[in-house]
Amino acid sequence: MRVTADREICVGAGLCALTAPEVFDQDDDGVVTVLAAEPGAEDGAAAREAGALCPSGAVRVVG
Amino acid sequence: MTETVTTPPDGAPAFPSDRTCPYHLPDQYNDLREREGSLQRVTLYDGRQAWLVTGYETARKLLADPRLSSDRTHADFPATSGRVESFRDRRPAFISLDPPEHGPKRRMTISEFTVRRIKGMRADVERIVHGFLDEMIAAGPPADLVSGFALPVPSLVICRLLGVPYADHDFFQEASRQLIQSPDAAGARAARDELEGYLGGLVDSLRAEPRPGLLNTLVREQLEKGTIDREELVSTAILLLVAGHETTASMTSLSVITLLEHPDQWDALRADRSLVPGAVEELLRYLAIADIAGGRIAKADIEIDGQHIRAGEGVIVTNSIANRDSSVFTDPDTLDVRREARHHLAFGYGVHQCLGQNLARLELEVILTALLDRLPGLRLAVPVDQLTLRPGTTIQGVNELPVTW
Repeated sequence: MRVTADREICVGAGLCALTAPEVFDQDDDGVVTVLAAEPGAEDGAAAREAGALCPSGAVRVVG
Repeated sequence: MTETVTTPPDGAPAFPSDRTCPYHLPDQYNDLREREGSLQRVTLYDGRQAWLVTGYETARKLLADPRLSSDRTHADFPATSGRVESFRDRRPAFISLDPPEHGPKRRMTISEFTVRRIKGMRADVERIVHGFLDEMIAAGPPADLVSGFALPVPSLVICRLLGVPYADHDFFQEASRQLIQSPDAAGARAARDELEGYLGGLVDSLRAEPRPGLLNTLVREQLEKGTIDREELVSTAILLLVAGHETTASMTSLSVITLLEHPDQWDALRADRSLVPGAVEELLRYLAIADIAGGRIAKADIEIDGQHIRAGEGVIVTNSIANRDSSVFTDPDTLDVRREARHHLAFGYGVHQCLGQNLARLELEVILTALLDRLPGLRLAVPVDQLTLRPGTTIQGVNELPVTW
C-alpha cells in the first residue's frame, strides 16, 4: 500500500488526521502531511478510510 | 409559519418542506427518495426549478465536480427562500468562492481548526459545558435546554476561538437567529447589517489594539498585508460566528430530543461512554440539520446518472435525503449509535466541506458525555409533538426545548 497527499488541493478538513493519525498529520498551517508513505497492515484499513473520506481528493491510497 | 410553496401541476414538487417530527424526513422528501434515480426536479419558492440530488453517490460526485459553482451572488444560484435571495447582492465569504480563488481564502482560517488544535481545546470545552450545566442544575428543573445550555455552550466556544467578546452574546445570538430564520427578507437583511456593523467595529478595534483570537490573526496576517479586504473579512467573521454556534446548538437540541425518543439508544450510551463518538456521527447523519446548504449552479453541461444538467441550472444537494440512501446505510431510517456512519454528508463534501467539523465533533462529544453523566434522568417536559420546529428553509432545530430531570 502506498499513500500520497496533494498539499496543493488540500482544504484542511482534517478527516485524514482524525481517521488515520499514524499515517497522516496536518502541519501548523492545517495542510495535510504524510507520516507513513507505506503504512503497515495495522494502519491499512484506517488509511483506506481516510482516502475514501477526503473531501478534496488530496489523499490517495494505492495498492 | 412557512415559506414553502405548493407543488405545481407539472410534477416538480415544492422544495424545501417543513419537518413535522424533529428527526423524521418530511413526507414530501420520502416521496422524492422513492422516485427512480438520484436527481429530481423540484420547484423553489420563487417558482424557479432546480435539480435536487437525493442519491449519496451522485451527491458526492457533484459536490466534488469543478463544473458546479458555489457563487451565491450569481443570478442563477438557486435561492431556497426570500431570506436567502436577499443576500445575493452581499459580498460573500469563501463559502461562495470557487477554485482557484477559494483555496487561499479558506486556508487563511484552517490552522485554527486542525485536529491537533481542536484536541487541545478539549479541557476548555469541558469547563464551558460543565459551567453552563452547573448553572442550569442549580436553578433546578424545568429548564429551557436551548437558552440555558445548547446555545450558550457553542456560542462561548466560538467567541473564544474568534476573539469576539462573549459579553455581547445577547446581541449577536439574536442577530444570528434573525439572520438564519427571519420570516421576511427585510428582517434578515437588517440582522446582517447589524452583524456587519458590530464585527466591522471589532475588526477596526483590532487594528488599533490586538487581542487573542482568529479575527486578530486575520487582521494582522491578512488584512494588513492586503490579501483580504475589510468587507470580505467582515463577511468571513459573520460566517464563522453564525455557523459556529447555530449549528452545534441545533445539533445539541435535536440530539437530546432524538435520544430521549429512542430510550434504548440513550440507555446504550449511559451503559458505555465509548459509544459516544460513534453516536455523534450517527446523529449527524440522522438529523442532517444543514440539509439545504448544498446549493450550486452548473457552469457547463453535466451528464450524470442518466440525467442531463444544463449550464446555468441550479443544483441542490440535500444531505438529509442522501444520508438515508439505503444503498449506503443499511436500514437508514433507524437510529443506531453503533453504526459506522462517518461517511455521512452532514458536513457536505468537496472543497467546501465544513471547516469547523472537528470542533463540532468535540463539542457534541463533550456535551453528550456531560449530559449522560450529570442528568441521567433527563426527559422532555412537553410531548415531542408539541415542540415548535424551525421551517425547512433554514438550519433544522428548535428555538425552545423544555426539559426536566
